[in-house]
This record gives sequence, structure tokens and C-alpha cells, in this order.
Amino acid sequence: MEQTTLNIIVVGLSFALYFGIAIWARAGSTAEFYAAGRGVNPVINGMATAADWMSAASFISMAGLIAFVGYSNSTFLMGWTGGYVLMAMLLAPYLRKFGKFTVPEFIGDRYYSTTARLVAVVALIIISVTYVIGQMTGAGVAFSRFLEVDVTTGLYIASGTVFVYAVLGGMKGITYTQVAQYCVLIVAYTIPAVFISLQLTGNPIPGLGLFSNMSEGTAGAGTPLLVTLDGLLADLGFNQYTTGSNPWLMALFTLSLMIGTAGLPHVIIRFFTVPKVSDARWSAGWALVFIALLYLTAPAVGAMARLNIMTTMWPNGAEGEAVAVEDLPDWFNTWQVTGLLGVEDLNGDGRIQYYRPGTEAGDALAAAQNLQGNELTTFNQDILVLANPEIANLPGWVIALIAAGGLAAALSTAAGLLLAISSAISHDLIKSVLNPNISEKGELLAARISMGGAIVLATYLGLNPPGFAAQTVALAFGLAAASLFPTLMMGIFSKRMNAAGATAGMLAGLLSTCLYLFTYLGWFFIPGTNMLENIPANYIFGIPPTHFGPIGAVLNFGVAYAVSSMTAAPPKHIQDLVESVRIPRGAGAALAK
Amino acid sequence: MSEKTNEYWAANKRLIAVCLVIWALCSYGFAILLRPMLSGIAVGGTDLGFWFAQQGSILVFLVLIFFYAIRMNAIDKKFGVDEE
Repeated sequence: MEQTTLNIIVVGLSFALYFGIAIWARAGSTAEFYAAGRGVNPVINGMATAADWMSAASFISMAGLIAFVGYSNSTFLMGWTGGYVLMAMLLAPYLRKFGKFTVPEFIGDRYYSTTARLVAVVALIIISVTYVIGQMTGAGVAFSRFLEVDVTTGLYIASGTVFVYAVLGGMKGITYTQVAQYCVLIVAYTIPAVFISLQLTGNPIPGLGLFSNMSEGTAGAGTPLLVTLDGLLADLGFNQYTTGSNPWLMALFTLSLMIGTAGLPHVIIRFFTVPKVSDARWSAGWALVFIALLYLTAPAVGAMARLNIMTTMWPNGAEGEAVAVEDLPDWFNTWQVTGLLGVEDLNGDGRIQYYRPGTEAGDALAAAQNLQGNELTTFNQDILVLANPEIANLPGWVIALIAAGGLAAALSTAAGLLLAISSAISHDLIKSVLNPNISEKGELLAARISMGGAIVLATYLGLNPPGFAAQTVALAFGLAAASLFPTLMMGIFSKRMNAAGATAGMLAGLLSTCLYLFTYLGWFFIPGTNMLENIPANYIFGIPPTHFGPIGAVLNFGVAYAVSSMTAAPPKHIQDLVESVRIPRGAGAALAK
Repeated sequence: MSEKTNEYWAANKRLIAVCLVIWALCSYGFAILLRPMLSGIAVGGTDLGFWFAQQGSILVFLVLIFFYAIRMNAIDKKFGVDEE
């Protein structure tokens, strides 16, 4: 059977499953639409959170991101998992106890201020909309790559699918489809990784294989995999996998990702769906279990796939002869067709030499073998995950599973973000500000219409991505770290924090982060409008714009405390509210509301 | 505000502080800033700091969250603020 046909069958089956769940998990009330009726088992919620969290970028690109840079990009692994420790201890249990539906709702009630609530809505919408653009384009690209349709058609299919289950089921439908999507994506990610780890090291667990010796019959048998990889990289002039860069910048970037993770609204609202406060604590742990299954495997996938591709290019090591054009394996030629791999025999010797010119080792190699430049002209980092099943000689259905997994990762994250956006509109804008007398039925309808509107907007932005699409991750994490996280945390941990302080703090975090990003990346990310060139020499204290989140958070905390100490303490009933969110007893009562 | 809930909140904050010290030590410490000090300890062809950066810190985060959940459930009961 042709691979594309097989892909369509497997992807089609997974979609049929999602639609089945959507019909089964229809939402009948706003409590079901916003918070799945607060009846989700903590393990199930952990699984849904993992799918909500892990995007197409985690699934397809992260292994390559780590493999091409090595140790320094461990920041992504630690940053995108360590945030759950903050979430579990500083936010999730108390916000669940509060027992409402949205993040701006907590901010509005805790700070007894519609202004604070609206600032939170603005922050939420900026964060979630920029984040969802990447998911929609990711889904479109995944469709076009696996099913051989064009990107636009792919995007329409993706948004149509999300439309069905998100509009019908709200949080309830999204939760159970996310569980199914998690299962698809983790199986798809793990199977090829296990086989590659077995082939290279004899260890079936990729995370352990990464630190094992190479098995018999492979190049470098008996030496540790990482030593073999580092040696080959050094011979060809590349950075070694295990060496790093400026440790203080690594630490700052890790902190930015961690605080940002804990402040992302679409992740926080997942913890509103569990029945009890103690369940929220457990659920954060389970979420990290399911995330770790992929994150512990990802560096191994990246390192092993990189090693496989280099030994394919240099079957006899860097001292031997490079691979002849006619000896390139079948999978290599298949991926050349897609444009993710490309070769050009620059020196006309019938062989393909992959190395890095302009480095000492690279130039020495070029002089010794008479090379005219790197001949592996295109080497897209996504290939490390996408081509894995073929490199490991796995059957076609595993390749099809990777297709279904990539789509599951993109759709599950997009749906979670869309829910965060639409609930902020229907609950925080329509219900609380524009039309407080709206009926339960009316609000449910408004929620569905907002969801539909959010999907249309996301699709439009996915088709016409603004110039800043590439910057979305830095923007979303930096803003979440600088605006929502500090305000939520102070709302729980400081009884003295008042409306003026919180609002001023949020604005300080939001505006300083935007200003710093715009200074180097252009006003509203329009290319050419940046005031300073985006190079390290121009950074204040050497801090790149992508690393600004923690600075924005510190400004938020500082301004909030200063303003709050100069203005009146919050009223008694607010101080009582803070006390009540701190203790678990009584969370069931909130359920009844 | 009762004495009891005050003490409960103080106990919670102490536990969080302990957990976050370990959280920071393993990720920002062992995996990044203190890595040169740990370079003598070899793990699978590289050093302990590298292992913490790509595997160890994630495992420590997992243990911390479950430890916190278990300890807090006990503290909830001790202070009589658990959910019935």
C-alpha cells in the first residue's frame, strides 16, 4: 500500500475517534463548557494537561532543537517541565479552591476590580492568540506534509475538526479528546525511539540509552554514545553535544520558560476541572509524569537521530570516505523530495561531504579531502523526528502513526488555547461587563459563538501569519511570566495586595516586556521598525529579548508592592476570601455554585 | 483569622520553601551554574551536570510534586482543613 494512503487511513481513524468522543461528551451547561463539570479524574486531567501542553513544536521540533545545539538547549527541557513545580505549589490548588471558571475572573474577584479583570483579559488574549497562530500553522504544515494536500487545505481541515468538538463539547469535549490525542502522540513518539535506542545501544529505554555504550556492530562499539557523537561532531567542525554556552543566560532563559509555563492561562484552567483541591495537587504530578514520558525521550531521539544521520553521511568516520551519491539510503531520497533534506555535490567527486566550513576542524577536513563546501545543503531539524521510523526500518504504519501524532499534538494544544480565549470573551467580557443579566442558556450559546469566532480568527491568522509568527514562543512565555503569574501568586500569598497595586504591577510587567521585545524585534514585530539592532552588544546587561520574562516579573512584583503599600489595604471580605482559598476545606461548596 | 489557619499556612509555606530550594538546586544549580564543580563525576560518557540538565532535573521535579501532594494531604488532616 502507498504510504500516503496508509497515512490517510491512520489519521482518518484517529479523527473518527475524536468525533466520536465529541458526540459523547457534549456540554449541557456552562459549568461543563468551561470546566467539564469539575468531574475529571486527576490522572485523566493529567493526561489531558500533557496533551494541552505539548504542541506540534514539542512533538516535531524539540528533539531537533536540542540535537543541533546540544547541552545549551537543555533549557527547553528543564524550563517546560520545571514550571509544573511552581504550578503545583504556588497556583493550582488555591485557584481550584476559588472555584470559578477563568483566570481573569480570579483576578477580578480577588482584586475587587473590573479594571484588573480587563487588564488580565487583554494579557490572556495577547498570550493565547499569539500562541494559537503557531499551532494553526503547525497543523496546516503537518497535514500538507503527511497527506499531500496544500497547507491551506490542511489548515481548513484542522480548524474544521477543532470546530466540531470544541464548539459541541467545550472543556468537556476538549478534555476527553485530549486524552485520546495524548495516547496517539505518545505511542507515535515512543515506538521509533525505542527501536533506535535498541539498535544503537541495546537499551530499550531511550533516556537510559543516551548514557549507554554503543552496541556491537555499530561504529564506535563499546564507547559511550555521547563520546562517539561528540567525537564525530568535533571532527566535522560542529559544536560538541555536551558542551555549553553562558551559564547565566541559560539559567535566566530556563527561569523565563518556567515562570511563563506556570502563568499560561490555557494550562491553569485545566486544573479547574478536577473535583477537589487535593486532586489539583495530584493532577499536576500526573501531568508531569505524562509530559516527562516525552521530554525524557526527546534528547535521546535528537542525539541518536543526529548520530544516525552523521554515520550515514560518513560510514567510515571523518577520516574515511564520505557516502557516495548512489549509496544514499532510500529514506534519505524520500525526504529529499519534501525539501527537508538536500544535497549538492559541490566538488564533483560523486560523494556527499557533510561538515561545517569556517571552523578549524572543518577547514582542516576540507583541505585534506579537497572539499568545496558543505554538501548536505539542507538539513531541517524536524527531520530528526519525522524520519525516525524509516531510519529504524520500521513498517509503514509507524510512519503513519507519526503523522497522526503530530496532528494530535497540534490540535490538542490549539483546542485548549481556543477555550481559554473564548471563555475569557463569553465569561469575562459578556457575562461580567456587557450583559450581567444573561441567562445560563444565553451564556452557553455565547460561549459556543465565541469559540466559533476564536476558531475563525485563529484560522485567518494561520493563513495570513503576521510578521511576528516566528517570535510567538518568546512573546507568549515572556508575557505570561511578566503579567499573569506574579499577579496570581500575590493574590494568594499576600493578603495586603490591593487593586491599585495589582493593576499597576500587571501593566508594568506587560508594558515593560512588550517594550523590550519591540525595541529589538520591531514595533508590533513589524520588521525594520526596531529601534536597536537585535545583537548582544545592544542588550541591556546582555539580556536578550527572549530572556526578559523574569525581569518583567520582578518589575511586576516591585511596582505592585510599592503602589500597594502607598494605598489602602483591601477590604475585610477580600482578606477573608484570600484566607478561604488557602485552605482546602469547602471546595465542594464551590462545586454546587 | 484563627491561630490554627495561621499555623497551617506557615507549615505550607515552609514545605514549599524546602521543595523550591531542591527545585532550584537541581536545575539552576547542578544542571547549569554548578556544573563545572560536578565535572569530576562521570556519567555515561559525560558528567553529572549534563545528566541533570537532560534527565535528572525532570525526575527530581516529578518526585517533588508528588512529595508535596503527599505531605500536604497529611498537613491538611493534621490541621483539620482537609476536604470531607
